[in-house]
Order: sequence, then structure tokens, then C-alpha cells
Amino acid sequence: MCKPETMSEIVFKGRTGLHRVLICTGTGCVANGALDVYALFREQIRLQGIELVADFAELDNIARDSRALFISRSGCQGFCQMGPLVSVEPEGILYNKVQAADVKEIVEKTLLGGEVIERLLYVDPVTGQACRSQKDINFYKRQHRLVLAQCGDIDPESLAEYRAIGGYSAAEKAWVQMTPEQICQDILAAGLRGRGGGGFPTGRKWEMCRIQPGARKYIICNGDEGDPGAFMDRSVMEGNPHSVIEGMLIAARAIGADEGYVYVRAEYPLAVKRLRKACADALQAGILGDNVFNSGVRMRIQVMEGAGAFVCGEETALLASIEGERGMPRSKPPFPAQSGLWGRPTVINNVETLATVPLILRMGLERFRALGTNGSPGTKTFALTGHVANTGLIEVPFGVTLREIVMEIGGGITDKKGRIDPGGFKAVQIGGPSGGCLVKEHLDLKMDFDSLRSIGAMVGSGGLVCMNQSTCMVAVARYFMQFTQKESCGKCVLCREGTRQMLFLLDDIVEGRATPETLALLEELAGVVQKGSLCGLGKTAPNPVLSTLKYFPEEYLAHVRDKRCPAGECRQLARPEILAGQCKGCTLCGRKCPVKAITGEPRQVHVIDPGLCIRCGVCAQVCKFNAVTGFQG
Amino acid sequence: MPTVMFRKFEKVCAILKKYNNDPGRLITILQEVQEEYRYLPEEVMAFVATSLGLSPAKVFGVASFYAHFALVPKGKYVIRLCDGTACHVKGSDGILQALYRKLGLDEKVPTTPDMLFTVETVACLGACGLAPVMVINEQVYGQMSPEKAVELVEDIRVREGSGNV
Ligand SMILES: Cc1cc2nc3c(=O)[nH]c(=O)nc-3n(C[C@H](O)[C@H](O)[C@H](O)COP(=O)(O)O)c2cc1C
Ligand code: SF4
Ligand code: FES
Repeated sequence: MCKPETMSEIVFKGRTGLHRVLICTGTGCVANGALDVYALFREQIRLQGIELVADFAELDNIARDSRALFISRSGCQGFCQMGPLVSVEPEGILYNKVQAADVKEIVEKTLLGGEVIERLLYVDPVTGQACRSQKDINFYKRQHRLVLAQCGDIDPESLAEYRAIGGYSAAEKAWVQMTPEQICQDILAAGLRGRGGGGFPTGRKWEMCRIQPGARKYIICNGDEGDPGAFMDRSVMEGNPHSVIEGMLIAARAIGADEGYVYVRAEYPLAVKRLRKACADALQAGILGDNVFNSGVRMRIQVMEGAGAFVCGEETALLASIEGERGMPRSKPPFPAQSGLWGRPTVINNVETLATVPLILRMGLERFRALGTNGSPGTKTFALTGHVANTGLIEVPFGVTLREIVMEIGGGITDKKGRIDPGGFKAVQIGGPSGGCLVKEHLDLKMDFDSLRSIGAMVGSGGLVCMNQSTCMVAVARYFMQFTQKESCGKCVLCREGTRQMLFLLDDIVEGRATPETLALLEELAGVVQKGSLCGLGKTAPNPVLSTLKYFPEEYLAHVRDKRCPAGECRQLARPEILAGQCKGCTLCGRKCPVKAITGEPRQVHVIDPGLCIRCGVCAQVCKFNAVTGFQG
Repeated sequence: MPTVMFRKFEKVCAILKKYNNDPGRLITILQEVQEEYRYLPEEVMAFVATSLGLSPAKVFGVASFYAHFALVPKGKYVIRLCDGTACHVKGSDGILQALYRKLGLDEKVPTTPDMLFTVETVACLGACGLAPVMVINEQVYGQMSPEKAVELVEDIRVREGSGNV
């Protein structure tokens, strides 16, 4: 079978006159009002007397040449910043930032009149060209959407739509035609590596669990996605929950599990809701339950909500959490595959890993291996955020370069005001609090497990946070240290106390109390914390500090030696001053200063009292004459 | 047990029953209890412990481990400001400070005396494409600025009829 069919191919097959309006209802678009847009579309369609189909199953009831409108809601289409996104098919027009007020016009002009509304098209910020459809937009053009393809295409709450595009056919094949050994071997041969951070070969993990004796085993989907700055797993769980369940079903067959859990982060209520509905629908359809695909074998899946602890993403802590305990990691071995949940053999896989599994079986090993690199086949989703023109959720084959991602898909780095700045690139933070930064010399590095590991970074969760020249790397390191310090579970002294001491040292640096010894001590402590921690959280906690120290030593030195923050971000080091030559005495700064540290008569030069000043920077922000200096480096 | 007490625990009993008093479901049970009360009152935790055959210390230990369990009551509107990486680099701290200033709160006093607002930070709401992000109860607001955040708070004040701050 070649590429799985898309909804639009299915919907328009043999029909004339039909239109489909697809509204993205991912979290981003909903935050920008997509649900109102959806409701208004339905109302307008009714007012215009057009036949409305809102449910895929009803499509069969309308005449082949009916001028009906099929309206559907999809999961995240990835371009969250431009939401709400509305596409009109079969024309393939993509409208962005659609507001309630635009709906009537779209119905009248585009649906009835066949006209494109220029104003609602996406305009490429580099070329200034209006893009008519997804395939004209650079953000999408450079991507290869595999796992995410269905997310933005089908209604995540519809089992019928998922099945229409081939959903559950891979699970059925696995349960009906394949042996557990075969499944493990196929997944191993496909070269699938875990997307949860480590990149461990999934087939090998399954095989390890498969050969364990025992009638009861578990498959767990890790949907904890704790890395701040990452939201790929969220989009998959919300946008295509059935694909996660299908992956779990295949894994269950491979290892012999009869029960599964999806452990979802508490901040993702919509994912919880959609996964629960998907489980219920699958149960009703006989896909889950006591007789999976008429095999006589039982398989059930429960969705459990996490309770807000980053460390629970670590697999052994996650197990403790499901068991109702404090989520603290334990030492391995025994590995979960040998002794996991309630002491039984358990496989824990990441959301994206599991969602990839059915696609591999459907497209075949060779076609999967043809994507990506030899050591890292397939595609990877990344959350592209920070100071970059196009933020959002992307998917690319392993092995593309950082430059392609940031400059082409991302459209380039932006400055403080959000304008594209060709020379603005400073660094990209990859892998969140466990990761490190990639700098200019890495722009042509291939993004795959092994290349990243070779320079001491890692794919991690897939969060890519772009940073421009106005970002202080010391402050970034401090930010991550504060995060890991707060999230340490407290079991290991060196993780618990060591991260706290490292944070104090970083505080000293950004607040101007550091001495040259501070840096030496920081580095020494980093090594100790790495060695003396049990789990990945502690072991990797020093990474952001070490990598910023390596690539930006002069920035640390400026803070320590000159008590100066070159990026102008560390407020405590700012020496705000009003330039007599520029100040017009407009009094605005004096009125806005929250601590009344600025004095001066109208039309006279104002002065800041450094003793009172709390360095909040409000004066510099409000001054219309650029008279306040000292906040920039 | 006096009737008042009994009524107070009626809902908890229903939740416990739903999970067959299974201590393995402790976290789920506490989550549902918290949904009822908006926080976990001490006597309720003790009641849950006894019903599950666990020590109150154990239940308290679990509740205090996870950030999502509140051991003190929260305001009617819980404002959660994202301080994930993406939001942080896009200036979420300025928004936090503006909210603190507007509501007279800080890290140690996160709830207003009239119990209308609680301000918290969370590590990533998973909507980084819209950074900086803020959530009030379940409603997500993207591309926030200090001014917009303060405006939202003012709107709620007006709606709640408690006038200006
Ligand atoms: C502190 C810490 C946090 C983690 N968080 C996650 C997470 O949020 N999601 C995830 O899938 N894996 C996370 N992991 C990795 C898991 O322990 C585990 O390796 C992974 O879920 C295995 O799935 P995979 O083989 O499909 O990648 C984390 C690990 C550590 C040490
Ligand atoms: S390294 Fe840190 S988070 Fe991991 S078990 Fe030890 S104390 Fe807990
Ligand atoms: S960092 Fe704020 S939503 Fe992810």
C-alpha cells in the first residue's frame, strides 16, 4: 500500500458539488476562537440554505452531486501562531487568523462564489507573497508529515474517520496475521527508536518483554511530556488519539499484554478527554475489550491523569505514580520489561513512538527505512518555538540540518520586536532541561540521534527553543537549573542539594556577586551532580550549564568579572541612567516608575536614584526619546 | 458520625466506592476529591486514608509530592501563567510581575484575600506556539502581554461585581 489516503481523497471520490470546510481545533486555534468560528459556519450554512453534513457517517446519505457542505474539526495542524486555520476543499485554500466576523464572507464569496479572499491568506514574511494553500507555505513545504499527517486531517473524536483512512488495519493485521515474534522483529528491522528521549530500539525493548514468562503484562504509553517547551505528544494525543491506541494494541500483541495505561500530563485535559472517548469508542466497536479482533484475547486500556511532577516522565517513577505512590525513580535493573507495574513485565513507550508503529506496519519497513538516516530511520516531530518567525509543530525526516529547520521551516530568527533578523541567530536549546544548546557551528549538523550525541547534545523530547542575540545564555542556564532544582524528587542528596547549590551559584553570577572561584565551583559541582544521581533528571541537570559554559564562556566572564550582562537581560546588573542630552523632561518615566525612583521637573532633565531603583526597566520601555540607557549590555 | 460530618463526606464516599476502596488508585481518588472541594482539606485526607487502610501520613506524603494537589484553598479564578522555556524566553516573567503587582500578591501569598484569584506558574502548558501563554481556569489565552493580562483580571473583577482594585 502506498501513502495512506487522506480524508479529502475519500470524501471527494465520485462526488461533484461537495465542499469541505476543515477547521483546526487544536489548543492554539481554540485559544484564538476556533470554536466560535465553527459554530458560526454552521449557522451561516443553514442561513444560506446549503445542505450541511457534520458527521462523516452521514455523507453516504446525500446525493453524489449534491451541493452540500461537509464541515469538520481537525486536531492541531501545527501552525498555531496563525490560528484559527480554516481550509476549504477541494480547492485547497487555506485561510489563517479567521475571526468570527470573516465567516459570512467566506461562505458567500468562497463557498458560493468560488472566489479567494486575499486578505485571509497567509503572507510569507520574507517574500511578501500571499500563499493560497498549505503546499505554497514554506513552513509546510519543507516538512515531511507522517505521524502528524492525520492529526490535521481527521476529526480526532471520530472512530469512523480514523477507520476510513486505514486506521486499525495495522492492529488487525498484527492480531490476525502476525505472530508476536514477527511483530518484534519487524519493528526492530524498521529501526524504530524511542522518541521519548533515549532513542532505545523499540523492537529490542519489546522482545525483552516478550520473552519474559508470566500471564499478565502491561503496555504503558508515556504521555507525561514534561519538558517545558515541547508539545508534540500533546498534539498527537489530542489530534489523533486512535493512533496511540492502535500502537498500544500492536505492542500489546507483541509482548502479550492484556492491559494498558496511558499516563497523561495533568496540564492536558483535552488529551485526557479525547483519549478516554477513543478508548470507549474502540471498546464499543470490539477493537478493545474481551475479544480483540475476534481473537478471544482480552485487552483493556485505561487513561490516567498525572498529578504534576516532571520526574514522573522517568519510567520507573511513572510506574510508582500509577501504583498510587510518590513518583520516585528506582534503580535499574530490574528493567520494567522484566519487572514493572505491580512487579509484572511492562513496556513503557513514548506517545510518538507508539503512534509511529501502525504507520510502519501499514507503509512497510522499506518505505519507513527510506526516510531519515541509516541509524535513525523515520521522521521526528519537533516543537519549534522562541525567537523564530514561524513557531509551531513540525515533522521532518531525521537527518535534516538545524539550518533547514530554523531558517527555512522556521523562516528565520526574529529580533525583540518580532521582525526577521538575518544576523540574529544565537543558539537553539534542544532537549529541554536535560539538553544543551546548539550554536552557529552546529547549523549544518544533521539532526538525528547519533549526530547529536556525538557533540554531547541529544534529541530529547524534541523541543527546539530558538534564541536571538537579546537572550542571555547565563540566564537560560539559570532558568533550567531552577526548573530541575524544583523538580528533583529528593531521593538522591547530590541531585537535591547539588542542584540547589548550583542554582545559588548561578544566582550569584546573574546578580553580580560572583568571583572567579564561582565558575570553577560551578563546574566542579556539575560533575559531582552528574555522577551522584540515580536517574536521568539528576544525571542531565548540569547539561544546560555545561553547554552554555562551553559555548559562551565570555558571556559568563562578563557577568563575573565586569558585572555586566552583554545581552542586557540580567536586571540586577543593569545600571540605568537618563541621558541628559536626550531627555525632554516629559515626566512619563517618573509617573510610570513603580518605586518613585525618578525625579525631575517638567521639561527638565530627570534623574534616577540608583538606591531606590529596582531595575524593572519600565522607564526604558516607556521613554519615547530613548533617553534611558543601561539596560542593554 | 454526626449528620453534618456525614454529609460532608458523602461525595468522598461515592468516589471511594467508585474505585472499590483500592489503595492503588490513591492518586485518581485524590484528584476527584480535589475536583469536589477545589483543594484537599486535612480531615478529608485523613478520611480517605482510613477508608483505604493507609496511614494519614502516607496519603499526605503522596498529596504533598505532586504539584497539582492543593493543600490550601484556591481562589475562584486560578490564573496559571506558563513559565515553560518558550514562554520564558518570550517574557512571561514580566506578565507574572504585572499580575502580582495588580493583585498585591507574591510567590508566598498567591491568593487574594477575597478568594477571587490565585496566581500560579506552571512549567509549560503545551501551547508554546502561542507563547507567552496564560490559562484562567480552563480557558487558554495566547500571545499575552502584561497589559492584556491585567485587562483580563479587571474584566473578571467587573463581572464579579467587586469593582476596582
Ligand atoms: C526526568 C525524566 C523525564 C522524562 N520524561 C519523559 C516524558 O515526558 N515522556 C517520555 O516519553 N519519556 C520521558 N522520559 C524517558 C522515559 O523514561 C522513557 O525512557 C521513555 O518513555 C521510553 O519510551 P521510548 O522508548 O518510546 O522513547 C523521561 C526520562 C527522565 C529521566
Ligand atoms: S536523580 Fe534526582 S530526580 Fe532522579 S531519583 Fe535522584 S533525586 Fe530523584
Ligand atoms: S513553554 Fe509555555 S506553553 Fe510551552
